[in-house]
Amino acid sequence: MYEGAVQELIDELGRLPGIGPKSAQRLAFHILEADAEDMKKLVTAITTVKERVKFCSICGNVSEQETCSICRDPRRDPTMICVVEESKDVQAVERTRSFRGRYHVLGGAINPIAGIGPEQLRIRELLNRLSDGQIEEIIIATDPNLEGEATATYLARMLKTIGVTVTRLASGLPVGGDLEYADEVTLGRAFEGRRHLS
Amino acid sequence: MSKSSFASRTYRDDAVVLRTHKLGEADRIITLLTRRHGQVRAVAKGVRRTSSKFGARLEPFMVADLQLVSGRTLDIVTQAVSIGSYGEGIVADYTRYTVAAAMTETAERLTDVDGESATAQFLLLVGALASLSRGDHAPELILDSYLLRALATGGWAPSFTDCARCGAPGPHGAFSAPLGGAVCHDCRPPGSPAPARETMLLLAALLSGNWQVADSSDPQHRKESAGLVASYLQWHLERAVRSLKHVERV
Repeated sequence: MYEGAVQELIDELGRLPGIGPKSAQRLAFHILEADAEDMKKLVTAITTVKERVKFCSICGNVSEQETCSICRDPRRDPTMICVVEESKDVQAVERTRSFRGRYHVLGGAINPIAGIGPEQLRIRELLNRLSDGQIEEIIIATDPNLEGEATATYLARMLKTIGVTVTRLASGLPVGGDLEYADEVTLGRAFEGRRHLS
Repeated sequence: MSKSSFASRTYRDDAVVLRTHKLGEADRIITLLTRRHGQVRAVAKGVRRTSSKFGARLEPFMVADLQLVSGRTLDIVTQAVSIGSYGEGIVADYTRYTVAAAMTETAERLTDVDGESATAQFLLLVGALASLSRGDHAPELILDSYLLRALATGGWAPSFTDCARCGAPGPHGAFSAPLGGAVCHDCRPPGSPAPARETMLLLAALLSGNWQVADSSDPQHRKESAGLVASYLQWHLERAVRSLKHVERV
C-alpha cells in the first residue's frame, strides 16, 4: 500500500478494463514521472470526452452534437441503414469506404444468459426510423458470433412484416488464411455464399 | 518450465461450450461442460480475431474435442476439433436460441454445485441441444424435459404420480416444489397449486421422455407445466435462471 494520492490513483486505474493491479501500479508511476504538461493534456482529454460526448439521438453513435456527423451529412444515402452492435463497429465499416448509407447502433447483442433481451437494445428506435417510409434496405452487420447471429435472426423476423429489404453481411473465409484450418461452420458459410467468377 | 511438466499438465476431453466472456483485446474465457472433467473455465487466446484457428468451434452450444493445458486459475485451450455444430441450427430460430440459452445456464448452475454427475449432465445437454437443432419437438417441450431430467440427474428427481412426501400411490391433484412434486391431500401444504390432470401427465411424460404424449399435449397444459417446472427449478437451484424470462413460448 502506498500513501494517499498514489494509492488512490492505482485503485482508480485498476478499475479500468484489462488493467490488473501490477499494470495499474506501472501506469501510476509512469504518470508520476511523466511531464506535467503531458498529463494535463490527458486530464483535459478525459474531462472533455465526459462533458461533450453523448449519443446521437437518431442512430445512437457517439457524437459531440445532438446528431452525429453521419446523420447530418446530406450526401449519405438515406434509403440504407447498416445496423451494428457498437459505435466501434461504425468506424470499422467506415474504414472500408464501401458503404455510403447511414447507421443504427443497437448497443449490444441479445444475450439471455447476461440478462440482455431485445428490450434492452435500441430496436424500438430502429422501428421508429422506418416509419417515414424512406428506408428501402436494412443491412444487418452484427458480429458473426452466436449472439450476433441470434440478434440478426430476431431483427429479420421483426422486419419481415414491414416490407423493407433485409440483408446480412456475408461471412466466410478470411483473407490470408489456410483452407485446412477453417472450421466447418465458416467453410459451410463460404460454400453457401460462393460467387460466380465467369 | 520443462517440456515434461507442460506435457503432464495437458489433457484432452469432449466438451460443450456453455457461455463465453470477452477477455483482453482478442481473447475469451470459455465456460465448458466436459465429459470427464466436469465444468472447466479456460482461456481461448486470439479467438475473437477473424484469422483465429478456432473459428466457430468455441461458440456457445458447440460440442468439440479439446486439448487443454491446466493453469492455476484458468486452463488454456490449445486445440479444438468440432464434434457437433448445433449452434447453426439453433440460432436460425430465435425461440430455439432462447431455449438453448436457458439450458446452458441451467447446466452451468447444476454442474457448479455438483461435479460428480458431470458425465450424465454432459450427455443430457448434448442430446437436448442436438434435438433442438434438428427441431425434433417443440422447443419449449425440449426445454422443460431437459430441465426436469437435469434436476433428476443432479439429485432432485421430482415425482409426478406418487406423493413426493409419503409415497402414497397417485395420481394426486396438488403440486409442491419444496416437497418434490405431486403431493396427496394429506401432505399438501396450504396454498399449493392444483394443476390439471393432463398437466401432471405431461410433466411425467417430459421426465420419462414419452414424446408421444408430450407432442400431443395442449398449449394450455404446456404453459401450466412450464410454470411448475420453472418454480421447481428455481426452488432447488436457490437462484433465478436469468435466461428463463427471455424464453419465447408459443
